Amino acid sequence: MLQWLPENVSTFGQGVDNLFTLIYWITVVVFIAVMATLITFLIKYRHREGHRAEYIEGSTTLEIVWTAATTLIVFGLAMLSLPQWNKIKSPTDFPENPDVVVQVSGKQFNWDMTYPGPDNELGTDDDLELENELHVPVDAVVHIRLTAEDVIHSFFVPQLRLKQDALPNRFIDVWFKAIKAGRYEIPCAELCGFGHSGMLGYLNVHTQADYDAWVKERWPQ
Amino acid sequence: MHDNEHASHHHEESFIRKYIFSLDHKMIGKQFLIYGLIMFFVGGGLALLFRWQLAYPEKPLPVIGASPQYLEEGEVVTGVDKMWERIYESEKEEWLEVNMPNGVIEPAFYNMLFTMHATIMVFFVVVPILVGAFGNFLIPLMIGTRDMAFPVLNMLSFWLAVVAAIVMAIGFFVPGGHAAAGWTGYAPLSSDPQWTGVDWGQNLWAISLLIQGFSSLVGSINYITTIINMRAPGMTFFRMPLVIWSLFIVAILLLLAFPVLSSALALLIFDRLAGTTFFTATAEGGGDPLLWQHLFWFFGHPEVYILILPGMGIASELIPVFSRKPVFGYRSMVYAMIAIAFLGWIVWGHHMFQSGMRPALGSAFMTTTMLIAVPSAIKTFNWLGTMFRGSIRFTTPMLHAIAFVSMFVIGGLSGIYMANTPVDIFIHDTYYIVAHIHYVVFGGSLFAIFGGIVFWFPKMYGRYMNDTLSKIHFWLTFAAFNCTFFPMHILGVGGHMRRISNPMQYEFLQTFEGMNIFITMSAFTLGFAQLILVFNFFWSIYRGKVAEKNPWHVNTLEWEAPTPVPHGNFGQIPTVYRGPYEYSVPGEEADWIPQAQPEHVPATSGD
Ligand code: HEM
Ligand SMILES: [Cu+2]
Ligand SMILES: [Cu+2]
Repeated sequence: MLQWLPENVSTFGQGVDNLFTLIYWITVVVFIAVMATLITFLIKYRHREGHRAEYIEGSTTLEIVWTAATTLIVFGLAMLSLPQWNKIKSPTDFPENPDVVVQVSGKQFNWDMTYPGPDNELGTDDDLELENELHVPVDAVVHIRLTAEDVIHSFFVPQLRLKQDALPNRFIDVWFKAIKAGRYEIPCAELCGFGHSGMLGYLNVHTQADYDAWVKERWPQ
Repeated sequence: MHDNEHASHHHEESFIRKYIFSLDHKMIGKQFLIYGLIMFFVGGGLALLFRWQLAYPEKPLPVIGASPQYLEEGEVVTGVDKMWERIYESEKEEWLEVNMPNGVIEPAFYNMLFTMHATIMVFFVVVPILVGAFGNFLIPLMIGTRDMAFPVLNMLSFWLAVVAAIVMAIGFFVPGGHAAAGWTGYAPLSSDPQWTGVDWGQNLWAISLLIQGFSSLVGSINYITTIINMRAPGMTFFRMPLVIWSLFIVAILLLLAFPVLSSALALLIFDRLAGTTFFTATAEGGGDPLLWQHLFWFFGHPEVYILILPGMGIASELIPVFSRKPVFGYRSMVYAMIAIAFLGWIVWGHHMFQSGMRPALGSAFMTTTMLIAVPSAIKTFNWLGTMFRGSIRFTTPMLHAIAFVSMFVIGGLSGIYMANTPVDIFIHDTYYIVAHIHYVVFGGSLFAIFGGIVFWFPKMYGRYMNDTLSKIHFWLTFAAFNCTFFPMHILGVGGHMRRISNPMQYEFLQTFEGMNIFITMSAFTLGFAQLILVFNFFWSIYRGKVAEKNPWHVNTLEWEAPTPVPHGNFGQIPTVYRGPYEYSVPGEEADWIPQAQPEHVPATSGD
């Protein structure tokens, strides 16, 4: 099952995959145990002439045992995931001093990427707007200011294990640090109208040298 | 049947009173059942249409699609090509031309198809059958009374549901098409026509659901009143069958949850027709798209438990009967359902982890959601415990109950992945969610429905369903169901988004083409299998073998009533002496003791 996960290329992605794997094994074991019990019962206690069911109304001990066991497992899982979740989504936990800041805005049916340019200010003359192409350096902290112009979209980069809805008139910050250069797809994951299917941008993760060259080409001064 | 002779010497009822504007809870139950089955075919048909598109994107549909020659060279070769030729030549904008030119599904039409598929399945199939059909048929019979507390309200509830279905059906044919913003209708896509081009379709969608909401409200008030006030002598709350408990709890959930949806729908209609901006964030302030999501899911999560609790109730009837054993931990089963009903109100945010809601809230909702998995697990263990040391009979209803338990286990376990916020970042809005939904609602609720239909059919119609056909239906459905929906977990793990009409537009989804084709073929098999059910159902109403009064040797009161059940149900109202699951009591000769059998009289087999 897990081999179907797309390759992970973000720093926090491994944490997500580890949780995924942990839950996978817990659920596989529980599933097999429950099914094995069920099938054993079905075979062993099938109706046979002359045999009568045993009158059992329940067992308080068992009820307590399985309630407690399940509670412990699910609570344990919740506790394990809290730090991971905060690391990815809580703005207060983001790495400070990002290397790149980009505003990404979803609109029917494109991703608009706005770079603040050398002055690091959005809304100035040196801003650069690109349609559907996001360029970042590898091994660098990228902050994205996510918003939308019309309806809700969702910024999804499977290989980064990152997904966040983009809302009109709201700015939501997300971050990532890619660890492998390459070109990755940015599908929209939230239904946004008839062009939702095929609303697709690209994340270009460059080596530092390539990225510097790209910056130079855009802002020659 | 000696004690039921004077059952109902009422006057002969007119055809209209008896079959159409019936006040009899049993007839209303059957009306809801047939209503639900018809809508099941509408909802299923829509799904097959979009499944075709997912397997063969941009290819013409079978049967009504144009031939390759026509597509490439405009050369008319088949009768269907002629039809398309005529459509294109006509002055009018034909419905087919707008939605599927040449038989190829347009993206906007695709959105409408899955929106209406889910809307119909949730609001017009599963709830009407579980709550409307089983609730109406079973509640008065199983608690030992002659009818619902408010028969006229009961009739109103059914006919409101019919009006809602008609309004919903009209939506398919209005200009701009039907609602296409998903069954969850997220604003502002749903609240402003400019984003979809859908005009009256979305309005009718909202109006129809408002009407359906009234129908549910009226029904639930009736159920609650009936269960509280009209139980037979001796039928204490803790002697009630678990299916009645589940319907009681569901009625309370419906009563409290639906008004929230109704309010949200009313605001949506204001936004669309009166220019308000409840769900639109404007520069000057105004509303908030997330408001819709909070309102929708505050209703929506209790709603998904409304979809499963009666299924759990049905399984809890079938498993003891066919294991010839008391239900394991009756009280813990009741408390688990009550716990689900309470916890169900504080988990809605798990649908909104990635919505932009504060991340700290996400953590809180993760914790409550993990908690709600506990009562679900308790129920599963109790079903297993019920089979332990039983004497299991593999009747068709039992097969469905076993399928229910195993499919529910898969659906519950997949819920854990999604409840986990970091993992949900990846699988939210992918086919993983679609797999989860279908394991709980199809694998869960629908298998319970099928089992319940076969089980109670003899009491409903006085005849058996054909068992060979029922078994073929079961095995085909079970196999095709798993082939259709299990692979969707894999698609989800691969990142395959839900609600996209053409996965082949994405590089990273290319590998899933074969799997999508496999899923579609399984889905068609699954659809075909349901034809067997419906044929068997209607054929058996007229031609089935005549059933005896209590063919499965069940303890609960509905089997005390004569078959077919007369108006007024019982000759004399039965008195209840014990709980519903006294099977294989030591020292008793028979392996069952009906609830209504006085103490110290050995049980006889049903006549
Ligand atoms: C063990 C218990 C369960 C847990 C932990 C659980 C958890 C979840 C979570 C976290 C989601 C949201 C996932 C997302 O969108 O990212 C979800 C979606 C859903 N669940 Fe469950 N669930 C459970 C049982 C059920 C049951 C019993 C039903 C219904 C019969 C159900 C029906 C649904 C539906 C219909 C959705 C999808 C709604 C949509 O987005 O269209 N779930 N579940
Ligand atoms: Cu989209
Ligand atoms: Cu939920």
